[in-house]
Amino acid sequence: MDTGVRAPVSSTLDSTRTGKSPRGQVASFFTGASLKRFKEAGSPVTLAPNEQLPNRDHSPDPAPVPPGRRARTTPSWWFMAPALVLFAFVVLVPSARGVYYAFTDWDGLDPNFSFVGLGNFTDMFRDEDAVQAIWHTLLIAVSITVVQNLVGLLLALGVNSAIKSRNVLRVFLFAPAVVTPIVTAYLWRNLLGTDGAVNSFLGAVGLDGWRQDWLGSPDLALWAVVGVIVWQFAGYSMVIFLAGLQSVPQEIHEAAALDGAGPVRRFWSVTRPLLAPAFTINLMLSIIGGIKLFDQVYALTGGGPGHATDTLSTLIYKDAFTLGEFGYSIALAVVLTIIVAIASTGQYFVLSRNERAAQ
Amino acid sequence: MNRYRPRTLGLELAMVAVALVIGFPVYVLVNLSVRPTSDTSSPISPTSSPTLDNFSYAWQQGALGGALANSVLVTACSVFIVLAVSSLAAYPLARVTARWSRGTYLVVLLGLVLPFQLASLPLYQTMRDMNLLGTPWALVLFYSGLQVPFTVFLYVGFLRALPRDFEDAALIDGCTPLQGFRYVVLPMLKPITVTALVLNAVAVWNDFFTPLLYLSGSAQQTMPVAIAGFVGQYVTDWNLIFAALVISILPILLVYFLLQRSIINGFAGGLRG
Repeated sequence: MDTGVRAPVSSTLDSTRTGKSPRGQVASFFTGASLKRFKEAGSPVTLAPNEQLPNRDHSPDPAPVPPGRRARTTPSWWFMAPALVLFAFVVLVPSARGVYYAFTDWDGLDPNFSFVGLGNFTDMFRDEDAVQAIWHTLLIAVSITVVQNLVGLLLALGVNSAIKSRNVLRVFLFAPAVVTPIVTAYLWRNLLGTDGAVNSFLGAVGLDGWRQDWLGSPDLALWAVVGVIVWQFAGYSMVIFLAGLQSVPQEIHEAAALDGAGPVRRFWSVTRPLLAPAFTINLMLSIIGGIKLFDQVYALTGGGPGHATDTLSTLIYKDAFTLGEFGYSIALAVVLTIIVAIASTGQYFVLSRNERAAQ
Repeated sequence: MNRYRPRTLGLELAMVAVALVIGFPVYVLVNLSVRPTSDTSSPISPTSSPTLDNFSYAWQQGALGGALANSVLVTACSVFIVLAVSSLAAYPLARVTARWSRGTYLVVLLGLVLPFQLASLPLYQTMRDMNLLGTPWALVLFYSGLQVPFTVFLYVGFLRALPRDFEDAALIDGCTPLQGFRYVVLPMLKPITVTALVLNAVAVWNDFFTPLLYLSGSAQQTMPVAIAGFVGQYVTDWNLIFAALVISILPILLVYFLLQRSIINGFAGGLRG
C-alpha cells in the first residue's frame, strides 16, 4: 500500500485542470507546464486520512466554460442517482420519519396516534431503566475504547518487533474480529457460565477464590461484556495501529536512538505523534461501535440480570418489539443519535487538532 | 528492530503466551463441539472419545444449509449493489466542485453519523407495507442503502487523490462519461474496491439486529439469526450449540485464511483510504 505522500501529484493535476478546455489541459501537460507546477508545489505534504488538500484552485468557482464542453469533462450528476435513491429510501426518509414518531405515542400498528410533544423524552428521565441504559451505554463505550485500544496498541508493538512469529501472530490475533459477534458472544456465554471453562480454568490453576458467576452477577456482568468485546476486537485495533507503526520511518527511530533516547522515550516522542491518524480511526471505531452495541449484550445477558447490562440498543429493541411502544422506542433512538453525533464530532475536532499539532 | 536478541526471544515467548490465552476459547469451542452429551467432564479437559455426530445433527436441525445459502445470497447481492452504486456516485462527488456536489456529499456523510436504529423501526413499517418482511430482499434493499455513505466516503477519498488525466484523455478520445467511468476510472479504483468489498461483506454477513427484525418468524434466516434461533431451541445442550457455532464460523475463517492479506489490508485500509 502506498504512503500518504501523494499530495504533490494530485495538487499538480488539480492546478492544471481548472478553467481550461480539455485541449488546453493536454497541451499544458505536453509543454511541461505541469512539470513546472510540480516543482512549485514544494516539499511533499503528508496527508492525514480524511483530510483533503486545500482546494485553493477550485474556489472561487471555475471560470464559465461553454456548456457542451463542460458536459464532456465532468461526470454527470445522474451518476449519483441510484445511490442517492437507495440512501434516501433506507436512511434519510426513515430517519426523518423516526424523529417525527419520537414525538408521538404510536404503537407501530394503529394508524390513529396522537402527538405527545416532548412526552416521550420527559418519560425517559423518569424511567429508571432508560436512564440506566444511557449510563451503561456510555460506560461500555468508554471502557471498550480505553481497554481495547490499549491492548491493541501493545499487541501492535509486539507484532511490529523482530520476533519470528510476527506474521503468524498478526493473522491469528486478528481472526476473532472477522467472526460473527453473535457467535462469539454465545461461545463466551458458555465459557463464562458457573460451570464454564473460565471457572474450570481458574480452579485448575488453583485460583478457586476467583471463580464467579460472571454473567449472573449484576456487578460483574457489564465488565464481562466489555471483556468479551475487547477479546474479539483488540486484534482489529492492532491491525490499524500496525499500519500506522509501519508508516513510521525507521531512520527517525535510529536517529533518536543515536541521540540517546531509550525505547520508552522513542515511543512517546517519535512513534506516538506519528500514530495520530491511527488513533483517530481506532478511537472513532471503538467509541461509536460501543455506543451502538447490541449483538453481544443480546446474546450474553439479554440485558440482564435485571437491567444490569441493558444498553440503549437493547432497550430500543425490547420497547419496540416486546412492549409495542414504538414512539418511546424511537425517542430512545433519537437520544442514541444525539450521543453518537456529539461523540463523533467532538472526537473529530479534538483528534484532528492533535493530528495537526503532531505534524 | 532488525536483530534477534535475547530480549526479542523474551518478547516472542510473551506474545505466544498472549496468543494462547486469546486462543483458549477456540480450544474449548472445538473441544466441546466434538464431545458426546453423555460426557460431563470438565470443559477444559480434552474430550476422550470425540464424535462428529453433533455436527450432522446441528446441520439438519438448525437448517444451517439454508441459512448459509441465504447469507451468501444477501451478502453477495448487497455488496455488489453497494459497490456499483457507490463507486458511480463517488465519481461526480469527487470530481465536480460545484456547490450542489459538495452539498450532496455532506448529506451523504450525515449518514455516517445516523445510527441504523433510528431508521430501522420506521423502515420496518415500510417493508411491511411493501410485503418484503420475511424475505431476503428486504435485507438486500436495506444494506444497499445503509452502506452507501461509508462506501461513497471511501471511494471519494480515493478518487480525489487519483490523477484525472486518464479519464480526460478517454473523454477526448470519444468515450461517453459512462464509458470513461467503466473502462478507465473503475479499473483504477481496484485497491479501494477491495477494501470496500471486505468491509461491507464482513459487516453484512455478521449483522444480527436487522435480520432479527426483518426476518423474524420467517423460515428464511441468515446465519446469525439461525444460530440465535438454534441457541434458543437447545438452551442447555451446549455440545450441540457449539457444533452449530463451529459450522457458522468455518466458512468465514476459511475465506479469512485464504485471503488474509487482502482482508487485513482491507481493514487497515480505512486508515489510508
